[in-house]
Amino acid sequence: MTVLYFAWVKEKVGLSEETVSPPAEVSTISDLMDWLSSRSTRHAAAFSDRQLIKAAVDQTHMPHASTLDGAKEVAFFPPVTGG
Amino acid sequence: MTTIRVQQHAFDPGAEINSFCARNPTSGGVATFIGQMRDFRGPTRAEGETVAAMTLEYYPGMAERQLDDLVKQARERWPLDDVLIVHRHGPLVPGDAIVLVAAATAHRSEAFAACEFLMDWLKTQAPFWKKEATSDGATWVEAQASDDARAAKWKK
Repeated sequence: MTVLYFAWVKEKVGLSEETVSPPAEVSTISDLMDWLSSRSTRHAAAFSDRQLIKAAVDQTHMPHASTLDGAKEVAFFPPVTGG
Repeated sequence: MTTIRVQQHAFDPGAEINSFCARNPTSGGVATFIGQMRDFRGPTRAEGETVAAMTLEYYPGMAERQLDDLVKQARERWPLDDVLIVHRHGPLVPGDAIVLVAAATAHRSEAFAACEFLMDWLKTQAPFWKKEATSDGATWVEAQASDDARAAKWKK
């Protein structure tokens, strides 16, 4: 799957986009944040306060507890501030 | 009809509104909202910090989809003849128009309500992020609880 990062999440991770293949036990958005955090200190720093992170699965806002089944694109970003 | 544009280049709100009215000659009411870039951060200009410039980052694809979905939700609530949303991304300076929302309806109350609904939801749902440049450097704007409260009041 493709993982996208925006705003300060992107700056903390140091990447705007990466392609990952998480193991089968990674079933929810929370699991994915745990797994990504285990891969580098930069990811761990970006995901250290989960309350500040919003997620979208295939371009739709989703709560952290929702499952990833078949997701092609997962995005992590801070609460939006447009308009 | 619905027109949604997310663009880097500047737009002229007056020209956009003129053409929107011209294409809806039989709508009795057209309500518009223009969001402009402020030159300060904080509750008031006197207490705030000066902001020289801003960069708006966005999620291409999802931003357009989300705005389209918000217009669909507005159309379920009010009989809208036409809706226009224009939203900038990229570098901005104070005074620049950031966003324009226009709603055309038969009567004014629906136009006002739809315009406010679209702005309130756009502020909390559309994937855009502002980074402000001040004398201390550039910092990401934090989301406001008051914006969440405004959006929540539309929940059925």
